[in-house]
Formats: sequence, structure tokens, C-alpha cells
Amino acid sequence: MQEIFDENVFKKGIGRQINLPFLKAVSTAFKNIRVRFGRSFITIGGIFFSLTFLMSTFTNNVIAQSLLASGTDEVKFLLQPMAQEVQARQVWLISLSLLVCIIGIMNAMLTSVTERYREIGTWKCLGALDRFIVELFLLESTFQGLIGSIGGAILGFLFPLFVNIGKYGTQVIEVLPWLEILKYGAITIVIGLVLSIAGAIYPAYRATQMVPADAMRQEM
Amino acid sequence: MAEQNVVRTRGVKKAFDLGKVTVEALRGIDLEIAKGEYISIMGPSGSGKTTLFNVIGGLDKPTEGRVYIDEVDVAQLDAYELAWLRCRKIGYIFQTFNLIPVMTALENITLPMIFAGLSEDDARDKGVELLKSVGLGERVHHKPNELSGGQQQRVAIARAFANDPAIILADEPTGNLDLKTGKEIIGLLKELNKEKGVTIISATHDLKMIDVSDRIFWIRDGKVERIERRADVQLEVGTVEGKQAG
Ligand SMILES: Nc1ncnc2c1ncn2[C@@H]1O[C@H](COP(=O)(O)OP(=O)(O)OP(=O)(O)O)[C@@H](O)[C@H]1O
Ligand SMILES: [Mg+2]
Repeated sequence: MQEIFDENVFKKGIGRQINLPFLKAVSTAFKNIRVRFGRSFITIGGIFFSLTFLMSTFTNNVIAQSLLASGTDEVKFLLQPMAQEVQARQVWLISLSLLVCIIGIMNAMLTSVTERYREIGTWKCLGALDRFIVELFLLESTFQGLIGSIGGAILGFLFPLFVNIGKYGTQVIEVLPWLEILKYGAITIVIGLVLSIAGAIYPAYRATQMVPADAMRQEM
Repeated sequence: MAEQNVVRTRGVKKAFDLGKVTVEALRGIDLEIAKGEYISIMGPSGSGKTTLFNVIGGLDKPTEGRVYIDEVDVAQLDAYELAWLRCRKIGYIFQTFNLIPVMTALENITLPMIFAGLSEDDARDKGVELLKSVGLGERVHHKPNELSGGQQQRVAIARAFANDPAIILADEPTGNLDLKTGKEIIGLLKELNKEKGVTIISATHDLKMIDVSDRIFWIRDGKVERIERRADVQLEVGTVEGKQAG
């Protein structure tokens, strides 16, 4: 008699395991960030600064273009020469800062995984599937990315806005295409999320490769 | 195969490849454990107790040999079935308690039930009951770092029993506890063993365990040296104690 290994019991148990633990993974990932806020804060800071840079570049360009289109002649004269050659350097700098950002995320998540080998082993002993472990780390990184990139999008808009108002006066606000700004804000946040998820994929995979026996080992 | 063995191993060997040398942690283990038994695995440090545990508990694969849980060969199970086995059939207790640090006592206990597909409400009710049964009804919403070692181990025990497993595997459950607390934990395990008829397999250096065990497996250098019933050991506890001290 193998009642406990009944095929149907397996299927039923696993079918149910897909949905409920997702919410558990969400709340756990959230708690993990809260508890380790000091550390998360540094990662979030990295994301925050590179996305502030990205968004402020977007904002500057949008403001410059709308001023060129409908600003005063004086402003047009000031802006004209800096249009073209700046672009190439901007792209290069932005790529670099995003690259640094993703390496930072990867590094932070890898540390987080190695540090928690015992916890990961315990999760597995309690019956967590690999997909749960992956979810846990991807969600943690996604939350960090979300906080960092929303912050970055806001500061990256406000900072250049005030700088430009200081330079060219309040006409900046009058010509500002809000929809355009909103679009770039969304793009910034999406880029932040993509970076956070991409940076966490390898660390999460490493976590699934850990042997649950490690949870039993006892060096403190 | 008329006998109903919850755990059976055949020629289990485990070697760790460390580059230049290989460590043979297990060198051919054959054992049978019946349903409802309380087994202590004793032996000097490095004799292979933890390794045997991991192999029996489906936490690590043997290099050679077979492990059967309820007469099912563990090596034949895929990742899903293995997770199912760990979740439903086996409860693990560790020397270092291993509670999830960010979760309260209750959340730790409900976790395996949620993995098993219970609803949050049912899991919570059952979790509270379990906490009461290990004497921690007042500590439901405490985090692990707000609990003493003994209390954490009680939570871990409640968690191990969450899905009414057939087997409890405990690796030195009293190893990090003082004498009195250790005794309480052993008493609690024995109580649950009798009450629920669950099979308990515990690796230990702790001679207090002998009193509650049905059988004791003595392990040395990766082999079962001898198997004794409690009745036989009690007569010579004095000498055993002497031997262990050395
Ligand atoms: N992951 C590993 N890699 C290499 N060697 C290992 C590993 N795990 C265990 N060993 C070796 O296997 C042998 C048995 O170790 P094990 O941990 O099973 O002993 P133990 O009986 O549990 O000891 P203790 O009472 O100290 O816990 C030891 O020689 C140990 O060094
Ligand atoms: Mg050990």
C-alpha cells in the first residue's frame, strides 16, 4: 500500500502550491527588504542615482526641444549650438551608469543569496519548489528597483526642471509637454525594473542550485 | 516486504570528493525503521550522523545504495515529488533551529501548511493549536530573535509537525540548549511521538535521549556498529557515559 504516494494526491498538492505561495513570496520579499533596510538602502541608492541621471537627461532634452520649438529667440540662440554633439556623449554616459547599476544589483543579490544559504536550505526543507525561491529573490529585487526608480524618476524630473527655470525663467513651465515627461518617467521606471530583474536572475538561479543539506550544517 | 518499514536503507554510501582526497562519510548503511519508533543515532563527531540524516531526509543524494521512504525509492522522485515528500511526509528539526528570521512564530509554522495547500485561515487555526501544544500559546506573534533558544526550538518542533508528517528527523535538537531545556525538548518529542504515532529519528550526542528511545543505532566511521534496544542500554548507562566522555 502506497497511499501517501498516490499520483492524484501529488497533483492536487502541487496544483495548489502554485498560487498561494506567490502571495507568501510577495510578503516575505517585502519583509526581507524592511528588515535589511540598511543594506537594501544602498542598492536602492545605486538604482536611484543612475535613474535620476537617466531621467534628468530625458527631462533636459525635452525642455531644450520645447524651448527650441516655442521659446523666446534669445533662448533659441543659447540652445542652438549644444544640440547635436552632446547626444552621443549622453548615450555613452547613460549606458555606463546603467551598467554600473546592474552590476551593483547583481553584487547585492549575490551577497544576499550567499548570506542566506541556511535560510534557503530551510525553505527547501519546508517544501518550497525552486520557482518559489526564484520568486522570492526576483520580487525582492523588483521591490528595490521600484522604489529606486520611482524616486529616480521624480528627482530626475524636478532637479533639471528647477535648474532650467533658473536659467531660462518660468517660460520653461509654460512650454513643457507634460505628456512627454510622463512618458519618459514611465520609461525610466520600466528600465529600472528591467535592470533589477535582470540583475537578480543569476543570483536567484544560484539560490536554486543550493543543496538543502546545507541547512543542516552547523557552523554558526 | 511484509514488514511495514517507514525508512529502509540498502548499502548506502556517501563520499565527498574534495579534489585530492575523497572522504567516505558513509560506508554501507543498512537499516530498517518501523512506523512509530523513536530512534536515536549516536556516535562520535564526524562518524556520519548528519550525512546519514541528509540522505534519509532526501536532502542529499547517496553516492551508492538506496533509500526507501514508505517503500518508495527516493532516488526515483522528481523535483516536485521530492518537494512534496519534504513538505508532507518529513518534518525537520535542526540544531540551530532554522526559523525564518523575518517571520513570527505563527508564520513560521503556517508556512509548510501553505506549501501543502491549506488556506491561510485553516493554517492559522492549526498553527495556533500547535503553538499551544508546545507550550507557546502566548508567543504567537513573536519573531525568532525575541524568543529564547528553547522557545525557538519549540516553534521549530511545532513547524515540523505542521503537516502531520510520518517521520520527524532531528539533528542534535538539544545541541544548542542547556541541560534543563534540552530535557524539556526531549520530553516534548517523546510526548508527540506517543500521541501522534510519528516516527522520530534523532542524531545526538545527548545521553538523555537514550531514556526515551526505542532503539539506539551506534555509528562509527560511516558504519552501523551496533543496534541496541533501550532496555539493554539502561543497564550499562554508567559505562556508556564513561565511553562517551573519552
Ligand atoms: N559537505 C561536505 N563536504 C566534505 N566533507 C563532508 C561534508 N559533509 C560531511 N563531510 C565529512 O563527512 C564526515 C561525516 O560528517 P558528519 O557531518 O556526517 O558527521 P557527524 O556524525 O554529524 O558529526 P557531528 O557529531 O560533529 O555533527 C566527516 O568526516 C566530514 O568531514
Ligand atoms: Mg552532525
